[in-house]
Amino acid sequence: MKILLVDDSRTIRNIQKNILAKLEHKEIDEAADGVEALVKLDEFSPDLILLDWNMPNMDGYTFLQTIRKNGVKTPVIMCTTEAEKTRVVQAIQAGANNYVVKPFSTETMAEKIEQTMKKVAAGA
Amino acid sequence: MDVRYINPFVKSIKNLFQTMLSTNVAFGRPFIPSPDDDWRTDVSGVIGFSGDASGAVVLVFSMDTATKLASQFAGTTMDSDHPDFSDAIGELANMVAGGAKPEFEGLDISISLPSVIIGKNHELSNSRVHPGLVIPCDTTLGSFRVHVSMKIEKLATVGASS
Ligand SMILES: [Mg+2]
Repeated sequence: MKILLVDDSRTIRNIQKNILAKLEHKEIDEAADGVEALVKLDEFSPDLILLDWNMPNMDGYTFLQTIRKNGVKTPVIMCTTEAEKTRVVQAIQAGANNYVVKPFSTETMAEKIEQTMKKVAAGA
Repeated sequence: MDVRYINPFVKSIKNLFQTMLSTNVAFGRPFIPSPDDDWRTDVSGVIGFSGDASGAVVLVFSMDTATKLASQFAGTTMDSDHPDFSDAIGELANMVAGGAKPEFEGLDISISLPSVIIGKNHELSNSRVHPGLVIPCDTTLGSFRVHVSMKIEKLATVGASS
């Protein structure tokens, strides 16, 4: 499974990569903002996107709205410090499949990825 | 500044350090900074607030503590020359601010992207507009301070969920 990590913090992307390596996910690519993520979406064709909200150039929410408007169905897990219920609802309405609040544990990240891929496979 | 605004930050710092640094934080009594205090510091991570609240939260570290905490967070040894050192400090500040935000129920608060200042003994001047509070934090990896200066621009029920 190809996973695209989108976060302006390289430290977070590295932490996510370490967690994904433990889960045997090795096909990983990265983007530091929404603009770069749009390019990587074409080039890398990920099966799953982990998406930060607050980023320079184009934030994750705008990226999400943009790709869903263009009919892209790739599952997206928001992974962000934005934890208010209103923000979660906003992201889900814009087409996010799941939501991980930072700070996250390895267990939470693993659980949400599994949950998301199951939901997607079941056509939910 | 209202002391009740401190609790959301204490909760957020505690949760961040437990979840991503496997470290407990002991909190000292928050205090109002005095102009006579020594404001020299080595590493500062700043996040600004806007929207229904304005102000900033600043994580203030000595170089020694900052490199130890950044290393623990990143899961790799980081000295001050490491290309991701300031990124790690910025993201810690981001998570402290982001984690405190939902405690201010009913407020729509936006946070800025992180700014990180690195320089031996740089001086951190406290905002004159919104005099803040300082939270002393102690961990096995070292002590640091968190400066919170916050002004609520809209009436709200702070800490209703705590
Ligand atoms: Mg970010």
